[in-house]
Parts: sequence; C-alpha cells; structure tokens
Amino acid sequence: MEETTLNNNILAKLSDKFGEKVTGVSEPYGLLTFATTKDVIINVLSFLKNDLSFNFLTDITAVHYPGKDHGIAVVYHLHNMVEKVRIRIKVFISEQNPTIPTATTVWKGANWMERETYDLFGVKFEGHPDLRRILNMDDLGVHPMLKQYPLEDPNRVDKKDEFFGR
Amino acid sequence: MSEINIVDAPPGIEGSGFFATSLDKVIGLARSNSLWPLPFATSCCGIEFMATMGSHYDLGRFGAERLSFSPRQADVLMVMGTIAKKMAPVLKQVYIQMAEPRWVMAVGACASSGGIFDTYSVLQGIDEVIPVDVYVPGCPPRPEAILDGFQRIQDLVKSESGRRRNSDYYKELLGQYGIK
Repeated sequence: MEETTLNNNILAKLSDKFGEKVTGVSEPYGLLTFATTKDVIINVLSFLKNDLSFNFLTDITAVHYPGKDHGIAVVYHLHNMVEKVRIRIKVFISEQNPTIPTATTVWKGANWMERETYDLFGVKFEGHPDLRRILNMDDLGVHPMLKQYPLEDPNRVDKKDEFFGR
Repeated sequence: MSEINIVDAPPGIEGSGFFATSLDKVIGLARSNSLWPLPFATSCCGIEFMATMGSHYDLGRFGAERLSFSPRQADVLMVMGTIAKKMAPVLKQVYIQMAEPRWVMAVGACASSGGIFDTYSVLQGIDEVIPVDVYVPGCPPRPEAILDGFQRIQDLVKSESGRRRNSDYYKELLGQYGIK
C-alpha cells in the first residue's frame, strides 16, 4: 500500500525528532493519527509544516471524555497539499486546567478555530491574540459541548419528558 | 375590465349625504387594508414567504404589497425562521425601532416555539423576547397558512380600540418584556 508507506515515512521522521512524545499511533481509514503532549505540540506542528510540507491547517477541534484523567482531547487536522496526505494529531489535556499553547504562531488561520474550540469546550489557548466566544452569545456562561450539560434548552416548559420517552 | 373588490363600510348610521360611525372603525379599516410588513426571514419559512409575496399567492391582494425593509415604517413584524439566542437582541431591537401601532406574527414552528431545535443555542419561541399577536403553525407553513395568519392580523387591526396602545394593560405587557 502506497498510503501506508507514506505514513510510515512520516511517522519515522516524527519519531526521530520527537521520540517518546509521539504516542498512540493508529491509522483509521488510512489517516495517520497520533497523540503528543502540550509542551511539544507547537514544535510538532511547526515541524510538520516546515519540514514535511503539511502546509494547510484543516481544523482544530476538541473531544470531551468525561471522567478520564486527561478528559479533553484537542485535535488538529493537517493537510499536505503537495503530496495529498492528511494527518491527525491529538493532545490530551486535563479537564480542570484545559490550557494549551496557541497555534496562531504557526498558522494565522488557527485564530477562529481556537476561538470556536474555546467557545464550545472551554479550552484556553495560551498566547491567543483575541480569545473570545465566536458562535454563542457572550453571556452564555457555559461551554456547551462539554458533556456535563444537557443538550436541550432547560428553560423550555412546553416539552414534557413523558411525551418524548425520557 | 377586471372585477375590483372594495371593502365593506363598517357598521354605522347612513342617510342622505352623511355616514356616521366611530373613528376606531374607520381607522381600523384603513390600517388593516394597508399594512406594511417587515419580513424578518432567517430560514426556510422565509422561502415560503417569498412564494407568498409572488404573483401566484400574492400577499398584495390584502393591501400588503409594500414591504418595509426599515422597521421605522413597518406595521407588522413577520418573523420567519429559527431565531438563535445570539439573534434575540437584534430581533428585540428591530421590534423597539418599529413605531406604534405594531403587530407581530410568528411564522412557523421555529419562530413560535423553537421547533425541532430544542437546544442551548436556539430561542424557544420569539415570545420569550417580544410579544406576539399571531402564531402560524407549520414546518414550514404553506403560503395559504401565511395568508391566513395575515388575515388574522387584519382582524386584530380592524377591531383594535384606538386607546389600546395607551392603556395600562398594554404598558404592562411591554414591561414584561423589558420594553420601555
């Protein structure tokens, strides 16, 4: 498989450079995925951008795993437009203190993605030039994609649970 | 020549050279047949409204040919579509900018109750921020339903007392929404 060879080459270069910091490698549907830590994430992203031609930041988002030790995974998707390869990087951070360095130092386009991730998951991107909510109203008070909040609007009085089988 | 319909005169006393009725009824008659709607369309109900304004359904037949895209000259605020909570202050501002007398029509399930969007980011009915006169059900409502809702607004306008907008009841109603 050509794809796998390409991924293995990328992984070898990453492991050479960052060693133990590259963990949890998997390849779902041929998409190279690995985890790293927040102290090296910016170096990893810079290395991927400058040395391995992952020139395009597709997305930054997060996943909440309630009850886990490091319950918030910040997920970066990169795209190498030259060689048509994509890659996914996860950083697991603590739920109590969800901070991570900003990627706006590598890609200016990370600005709004990080604002969205902050808005929905409460991840604080340190060094971000303007970390405000971007989608929800300013006085929402919660980060609604965290799983401790109910999805439905709690103000609603006309939707009785019994009619919805819950 | 096409047949032209003229609205019936309100009940009153008629005689040779004079016609007497109450001022409320005359004003109501004039207003109800010349309402200027302000379409506040945010989603699919707005598409149905476009059909309603088109030549086939033709809201103009009811005296609403002239849409007002400025709230200052509008009589009826027609809210069509999902209103996100972030949009709520904007909607309220538009309502406040309208001059009295003003009416509000919530078109479709989303504007009336939040519809299928039972979620943290969507306003569960515009009546959480502004008073509503007529609710039009449907998801989205057909143009016939929007026309029917518009005629219910016309009924309200026709029968409204000239002093309603100055009454304590009305001030209290607006006060509930924190307006004025």
